[in-house]
Amino acid sequence: MSNPTWNLEPSLESAAQVQIKPQYELFIDGKWQAPASGTYFATVNPADESHLAKIAWANATDIDLAVSAARSAYENVWSKLSGAARGKYLFRIARLMQEKAKELAIMETLDGGKPIRESRDIDIPLACNHFFYYAGWADKLQEAFAGQQFEALGVAGQITPWNFPLLMLAWKVAPALACGNTVVLKPAETTSLTALKFAEICQEAGLPAGVVNIVTGYGDTGAALVAHSDVDKIAFTGSTAVGKQIQKACIGTPKKVTLELGGKSANILLEDAPIDQAVEGIINSIFFNQGHVCCAGSRLFVQESIAEQVVAKLKFRLQSIYVGNPLDKNTDIGAINSKKQLETIEKYLAIGLAEGAEMYQPDCTLPSQGFYCKPTLFTDVAQSARIAQEEIFGPVLTIQTFRTMEEVVQKANNSPYGLAAGVWTANGARIFGLSSQLHAGVVWANTYNKFDPASPFGGYKESGFGREGGRHGLSAYLKFKN
Amino acid sequence: MEILKTYKLYIGGQFPRTESGRTYPVLAADGSHVANACLASRKDVRNAVQAARKAQAAWAGRSAFNRSQIAYRMAEMLEDRKTLFVNELQSMGASLSAAQSEVQQAIDRCVYYAGWADKYQALISSVNPVSSPHFNFSTPEAMGVVGVVACQQTALLGLISQILPVIIGGNTVVVLANTNQPLCAITFAEVLATSDVPGGVVNILTGEVGEMLPTLAGHMDVNALSLAPLPSALSIAAQEAAVDNLKRCKLYTTDLSATTAQGLHYISDFQEIKTTWHPIEQIAGGAGGY
Repeated sequence: MSNPTWNLEPSLESAAQVQIKPQYELFIDGKWQAPASGTYFATVNPADESHLAKIAWANATDIDLAVSAARSAYENVWSKLSGAARGKYLFRIARLMQEKAKELAIMETLDGGKPIRESRDIDIPLACNHFFYYAGWADKLQEAFAGQQFEALGVAGQITPWNFPLLMLAWKVAPALACGNTVVLKPAETTSLTALKFAEICQEAGLPAGVVNIVTGYGDTGAALVAHSDVDKIAFTGSTAVGKQIQKACIGTPKKVTLELGGKSANILLEDAPIDQAVEGIINSIFFNQGHVCCAGSRLFVQESIAEQVVAKLKFRLQSIYVGNPLDKNTDIGAINSKKQLETIEKYLAIGLAEGAEMYQPDCTLPSQGFYCKPTLFTDVAQSARIAQEEIFGPVLTIQTFRTMEEVVQKANNSPYGLAAGVWTANGARIFGLSSQLHAGVVWANTYNKFDPASPFGGYKESGFGREGGRHGLSAYLKFKN
Repeated sequence: MEILKTYKLYIGGQFPRTESGRTYPVLAADGSHVANACLASRKDVRNAVQAARKAQAAWAGRSAFNRSQIAYRMAEMLEDRKTLFVNELQSMGASLSAAQSEVQQAIDRCVYYAGWADKYQALISSVNPVSSPHFNFSTPEAMGVVGVVACQQTALLGLISQILPVIIGGNTVVVLANTNQPLCAITFAEVLATSDVPGGVVNILTGEVGEMLPTLAGHMDVNALSLAPLPSALSIAAQEAAVDNLKRCKLYTTDLSATTAQGLHYISDFQEIKTTWHPIEQIAGGAGGY
């Protein structure tokens, strides 16, 4: 099978619609403040490696200022407001985000490399909706936890990743504020822009100074935030390795910690599933956002009887995946977020080949500038292979086969991770049978990579602990009295 | 001549001696030698974890109603051995009335959690109104194998307050008993063995907490830790060892033998939340949903 050559007319979103400042300061106590060290780092567009802006690099002194501002805002302003009043601020922020949705989407794509189709239709609307959703909880916390005594934690330190920059900010900031906390948030160093734009939105919304503070920087900035003694809560989304460091650093302190970490999620395709629909689902499960998704369905398990057919269909489908300029509305797979991440992915491609797996990539031309990776399938993958055990965080799918339900449950659960799983079958009883056996915090049955503010998200085992989203997501930001 | 009781470990439904062959003297409040208890080793800890893991899936797979019945049976068996527990508590220095009260509360706590077994799910689950045509629901699920370091101040009530909510939720446990007052823990194991609690659901070890805890806390097949108040250095070392596989650590700071030390949250402390999505077919132009 081969596809006709696709010569799509480019349909570019115009970057001229957003104004990116040449330089960004830290957002502390409602004001833009230069970093104590006077140091700035560059943020680049991974699609063409062009320079976008200089970003302030916060150190421990800046973190201390931000935490003090958050503490003072908590003590003097935010904790004195009623839940209803906090909710109104969140509603107002949500509306302003909606008004600026297009600008935010373009900025997200420029800074992070994700296809504009995704930032426009998924990241930004979900981020807005998250604020709407938690706005409504702010005055209903007593009902959410009937019979329990609790209070806000105080100052929440939050560290977000580069794969869904504004969405992860929303997942963290919205419930924190709804529950009555103030926040100091450090975005990932490669994708600070939408967080800084969010700071402008907080100003425009009239949010009291110090309730939200945005401190940009690298891992050392995050480490200073984790180490600060006046922080009551650390919420982190990122790698399992860093998550463990954070957990260790918080032992012996009163800090409450929630971690949303890595994954190597199993996507299980049974022989009775509607195959074409499942193939589309598999494509979405691994190639959504270049595979930079903690819950990506990166391990496909296909029942042996249909394996040959499914692999052929996947290869055929890969030929019509459009890899290219993230601002092009045709693009399915945009740019890899950074040079460093591209190197990691390429390292794993080499490991897969060295381990004896068979690699397939479609014939497609990658842009000459920027960081890109072709969508990749590996077949003949051993359960023990590193490409089947370790998180790659790129557009790379390993395909394994199985015969029985017992076998696939055992293989799927044989991972230190437990973030998500997928099940494709037309058999309703089997869906519930399998999904209850899979050790994962989210199970998508006959669908994949769906997110919603009302739906709790988070992992089992080394994928972290705590939930974000839904009523369950509130607990992460409250202190319960036992 | 009186027949003295040999106190052994409780692992996988059996009462083995420690593989190390070691014992230590249990002293009464007046310093007199009451009995010998097993000084469990790190190998015993690993054996207990293995037994707990083996039992976990089947225990979680039992109906909630059945777990409830078994917990109530536990209360019946405790009632049956009331005098024995009162005597043991008295030998450890409790007054008769204090001992009677502790045993009564322990029985009541079993009944309390027996009642929860098929109800907590309804209170901590949710059906979530997502904006797309999907049925989306979140339900609790047992974390798996939980390491329990029992309250070192009380012999029976604290122990039961920690074990019951964890196993009611479908977890299995490896319990490190109160070092100085281990008798009630082993007598409680006899209750378990005669209450239809499947072997391996509760495993109880006696010995030095400081010797056993590092192995338990660092064990890669333990999912969570329930820690009663402990000396700070011991607690911190356990939490550090727990990071290797990101065990969920619950540190209880309050007295677990208190009348108030029971509630739904003691169950939900050891539950994961699983969210499941499924598409809803749109039929006859109607926007079906939940």
